[in-house]
Amino acid sequence: MTHRRSLLKGLAAAAAATAVPASLFGCATATPRAKAHVVVVGGGFGGATAAKYLRMWSRGEVEVTLIERNTRFVSCPVSNLVLGGYRELADISVGYGNLGTHWGVRVITDDATAIDTAKRTVSTAHHGTLSYDRLVLSPGVDFIPNAVPGLEGNHDQIPHAWKAGPQTVLLRKQLEAMPDGGVFAIHIPKVPYRCPPGPYERACVVASHLRRSKRRSKILVLDSNPEIQSKKALFTKAFEGYKGLVEYVPNSELRAVDAASRTAELEFDRVRADVLNVIPPMRAGNIATRAGLSLVNGRWVEVDWLTMEAKGTPGVHVLGDALLAAPAMPKSGHMANQHAKVAAAAILNLLAGEAPNPAPVVMNTCYSFVDGQNVIHVASVHQFDAAKRQPMPVEGAGGVSAAANEVEGRHALAWAANIWADMLA
Amino acid sequence: MKSIAPLLALSLCLAVATAADAADPNLARNLARNLAATCAGCHGTDGRSAGGMASLAGVPQRALMEKLRAFRAGEQPATIMHQIAKGYSDEQLSLITAYFAGLDARQP
Repeated sequence: MTHRRSLLKGLAAAAAATAVPASLFGCATATPRAKAHVVVVGGGFGGATAAKYLRMWSRGEVEVTLIERNTRFVSCPVSNLVLGGYRELADISVGYGNLGTHWGVRVITDDATAIDTAKRTVSTAHHGTLSYDRLVLSPGVDFIPNAVPGLEGNHDQIPHAWKAGPQTVLLRKQLEAMPDGGVFAIHIPKVPYRCPPGPYERACVVASHLRRSKRRSKILVLDSNPEIQSKKALFTKAFEGYKGLVEYVPNSELRAVDAASRTAELEFDRVRADVLNVIPPMRAGNIATRAGLSLVNGRWVEVDWLTMEAKGTPGVHVLGDALLAAPAMPKSGHMANQHAKVAAAAILNLLAGEAPNPAPVVMNTCYSFVDGQNVIHVASVHQFDAAKRQPMPVEGAGGVSAAANEVEGRHALAWAANIWADMLA
Repeated sequence: MKSIAPLLALSLCLAVATAADAADPNLARNLARNLAATCAGCHGTDGRSAGGMASLAGVPQRALMEKLRAFRAGEQPATIMHQIAKGYSDEQLSLITAYFAGLDARQP
C-alpha cells in the first residue's frame, strides 16, 4: 500500500508540474497504476544495467525511466583500440532501443538538470519533471574544474578522450596527423581515477600503431603517481617491448598546460608535445552535487553497500565510478555493472517491504590490450564483510595474467560483447 | 581424483537449509539469482552468452560444479576462471550452478 500511496502522490506531483508531457504517463490517466516508478539517471555500465535488471527481475512490475543525454552508448573499454586504428567508434557503440522494445524501459534522451531528493523528483531540460519512488544515480565522472590551469575550455587542443565518443575520434585524428618523429604525451592524474589500467593500455596500443607507421615517434607516459597503478609487472614488461618508443615517467605532477603550444608544465620539467592527452583529475558526475549528495573529499559518493543508497540520502542509489570505492575495488565499467545488480535487487526488496540481501557479492574483470591482439587481465571477487560493512576482496582469489596473450585478446572482445548485451540487449 | 559427490550433497543441503532458515523466503529465492548475476558480465544475462564465452544456462549442475572444482584445483586449463572460482564459497557455487541448471538454454 505504501507504494501505491507514494506513487499516487508522485503522479499528483507530476501532474502539478506543468512541463510533463501527458504521453509520459499515458495509461495512468485511465487507470491509476499501483506500480512503483524508478528513475535511472545515466545510461552507462551502471545505469543501463540497473534499468534492464529492474524490469527483468520485477517481471515488468516496476516502471523504469532511464534518462541519458546521448542517443547511443559508447564504451570506454575497448575505446583505446579506436585510438590505435584497430576499431572504429561504431564498433564500440550500442543503441538504447532494446531497453525499450525488449524490456519496457522508458528511455528519455535528455539532460537531468536538477534532483529534489525531498520531493523525489528529477527535472530534465526538455521532458519536464519526473517523480520517482526510488532513484538510481549512475553519473560517471566529471572533471574537477580548474584543477589544471590552462586546461579549462581547451579540450579540443588537449583532448582527454576519457569519455568515449567525439573526444576519442578527436584524439585519433590528432595522432593520425602527428608527423613521424612527433611526441605523444599522456598525462595521468593521481589515483583514484576512472579505469586504473586505461592510461597504460592507451600508451601500449598507440605504441603498437606508431611502431608500424611512424617509427621515429615517441610516447611519454607522464604519471602523477609514483608507479604504474594496475598490472604493474605486466605493463612494465609491455613498455620494455616498446623500448625507445615508450618512456614512462613517474612522479610527474602537472602544474599547468599551455594549449596553444601543447606544453605540459610539470613539477620539475616542461614537455612540449605534438599531441597532448591530459586525463584531468575527476570526481563524481556533477548531477551528484546538484542532487545535494555530500561528497567525500569533495569528490566521491559514500554508499551503504547493501543497498547502494547514498549515505544520508535514502531512496537515492548511486553506482559506478562516482563512488568512494571499497578496498581494492576499481572504478571500472564491469564493477558498475555489478553495483547495478546489487542496487536492482535491493530496490525490489525495499519496494516489496523486504530486507535487502545481507551478503551481496561483486566481482571485476579488466582486460587491457598491449597491442592490437595481445591482452592482459586483472580480476577480483569482493564479498560483503558484515563487520566492516563493505565488500572486501577475497584473499587468494583473483589475480592477473601470467603474460600477455592472444587467447585473452579474443576473450577481451567477447567480454565486451557480452557485457554490452548484459546492459543493453 | 576426489569425487565431487560429497561436496555437491553438502552444498545442496546447505542451500536447502539456507532456504528453510531464512526469515524471508524471498531472500533465499533471490540469493541464487543475485549470485548468478555476477557471472553475467562475461557469460551473458542469465548465462546465455552473446558469443565467445561459454553459455551457462541449462548446463547440468553436476557438470558445472565439476568444472568449477577443477578450475579451483588448477586441474582445468584457464586464463582467468581459476582465479575467479576461488572467490566464491562452496555454498555460493552450489547456488549459482543450481540456478543456471534450472534455466532454459534458449532465450525465453
